[in-house]
Amino acid sequence: MLYIGIAVWSRAKSTSDFYVAGGKINPIANAMATAADWMSAASFISMAGMISIMGYGGGVFLMGWTGGYVLLAMLLAPYLRKFGKFTVPQFIRDRFYSKSASTVAVICLLVASLTYIIGQMTGVGVAFSRFLEVSSSSGIYIGMAVVFAYAVLGGMKGITYTQVAQYCVLIMAYIIPAVFISLQLTGNPIPQLGLGSKLVGSDTLLLTRLDQIITDLGFKQYTTSVAGTKLNMVLFTLSLMIGTAGLPHVIVRFFTVPTVKAARQSAGWALIFIALLYTTAPAVAAMAKYNLHTTIAPGIEKNMSVFEPESSLEAEKRPDWMKRWENTGLLKWEDKNNDGRIQYYNDKTTDKEVLDNAKEAGWQGNELSVNADIIVLANPEIAILPNWVIALVAAGGLAAALSTAAGLLMVISSAISHDLVKGIIKPNMSDKQELWLGRIAMALSIVFAGWLGLNPPGFAAGTVALAFGIAASTLFPALMMGIFSIKMNKEGAIAGMLSGLLVTLFYVFAHKGIFFIQGTQYVDLIGGPNSFFDISPEAFGAVGAAVNFIVALAVSRFSKRPPVDVQELVQSVRIPRGSKKIKGSH
Amino acid sequence: MSKKESKDKSYWFATLRLLGIVLALWAIVSLGASIVFVEALNKIHLGGYPLGFWFAQQGSIYVFIILIFTYTYFMGKIDKKYDVHEN
Repeated sequence: MLYIGIAVWSRAKSTSDFYVAGGKINPIANAMATAADWMSAASFISMAGMISIMGYGGGVFLMGWTGGYVLLAMLLAPYLRKFGKFTVPQFIRDRFYSKSASTVAVICLLVASLTYIIGQMTGVGVAFSRFLEVSSSSGIYIGMAVVFAYAVLGGMKGITYTQVAQYCVLIMAYIIPAVFISLQLTGNPIPQLGLGSKLVGSDTLLLTRLDQIITDLGFKQYTTSVAGTKLNMVLFTLSLMIGTAGLPHVIVRFFTVPTVKAARQSAGWALIFIALLYTTAPAVAAMAKYNLHTTIAPGIEKNMSVFEPESSLEAEKRPDWMKRWENTGLLKWEDKNNDGRIQYYNDKTTDKEVLDNAKEAGWQGNELSVNADIIVLANPEIAILPNWVIALVAAGGLAAALSTAAGLLMVISSAISHDLVKGIIKPNMSDKQELWLGRIAMALSIVFAGWLGLNPPGFAAGTVALAFGIAASTLFPALMMGIFSIKMNKEGAIAGMLSGLLVTLFYVFAHKGIFFIQGTQYVDLIGGPNSFFDISPEAFGAVGAAVNFIVALAVSRFSKRPPVDVQELVQSVRIPRGSKKIKGSH
Repeated sequence: MSKKESKDKSYWFATLRLLGIVLALWAIVSLGASIVFVEALNKIHLGGYPLGFWFAQQGSIYVFIILIFTYTYFMGKIDKKYDVHEN
């Protein structure tokens, strides 16, 4: 019950003070609040699990979701702050002197944010399914109800300091178990150092031992494994970086800092607080993997060969946490060779030696499957940590998912009610109507995202990665060219955003189904999976961004220059002096 | 071209030069050291870490933080030099 208490306590605050943050607020507190907003279910619940499975290649998430802050601090934040408006479509509308450009921006924003919310729903579903011991689909329904209550009925008027509290819960929930586990395994309490240390009572490095264990079982070496080609990894990292800098719910945090200088700096402070979690995650990932293997094959710790019969775990003696996660359907095992023990290995390996060893030992296929999203939540249970730590982690995961979902819903509702309907379709709408429209937009988004979360195209982090691709290929290039190219005009910006969006969606939908609906994939039409230079759909955002830049620059060359007052606007945005104080209300 | 325009122009050039340097370092560390040249760097060890692996999962993030603060510091200097800083 404790975790519900903590979740409720940390839930009451939200992304809210978009419009009033800054000014009197301590920049460090503001940065913590930004970090709480930013770190989502994908960061908290899913990322370490993905790294655990991917090994070295999981670095794309670590670098991608932090490197974007460098772009944000240098290319967008200070200039958008000087511009002094509240939403991304507002900037697009004024800079490109066009309602159509702002409509296109609203569409791009909606596609990116909705995709992002699907990832949050998956994450919330996983957390609820375990702690209420229900199936993961029921978890998503409960998650939808909670997000609805949280974002639509209230909670939008928090203050920064309660978000600071939320950050504290989240980061403690992440770091405390990591410290315990690092101590248990390596004797070093700092996970970042523990990951590079020797195992307790042995002369072998943790990473070396882990590599040994998993390669014996036919998995790829942890410290070098990459899923695709090098080009794909570079583009995947770039997509996440550019996408981070182009996601509206991140950008808006920098609109309201007190000065241009503060906009540059606050990205740095926010990144420090984010880095606390992000540099801990790889340690959590590797240590959880080590613990999982030593749990399933207790012989490993006795230096037995994994292929000796007594090395594998007897199914009868499997720990309670496995049974609990079996209820959720996210962990499954099946005794294929009827020996009463669980064998966990890569039966699809091409390594003949491993296959021969397995055959000789009478193994008839891998008997365990573990969903990546449960790694962080199950981690303290695997390491047999006290119950309060387990509860704390659940609360942290829920807080992370709820705060980000609320932030996204806020951006969606303001884009629809303020930028689209009030700004373009029906300018004389009353404030009350605007508010109601915003709420309806939120409710519809939750239902839509929840429905798609029930048929998830991948793990929370994987789904979220697609949102970044969409933001990277649409909003970031438009914003950047709006600042860095005086000659960029509305024709160029609109053509760029549309072509970036269409190219990216075309490629992503080919693999994942039209609007992620199962069964509507058309991957054969484009010549099979990853057919474009072996690039995976998650990594395609960087290509989409390049298309956007090229199309926009080409079109703007052959069409009229922007009006003189817009050119002057761009000049003034580039100079810090004269930044206006942002009023506290909207 | 007026005096103010030419001053604004050289301020913008100074800004772009700084941007270029910081972005180059950003790309060299994250895309270069962590991905493209990872095998070569993995032959070197930093504590118990293969260096390339360390850059991909730890080092890049530290470098990003340093880069943002370095950029902020030098931007502040450029702002003052061209007298366009906020009060």
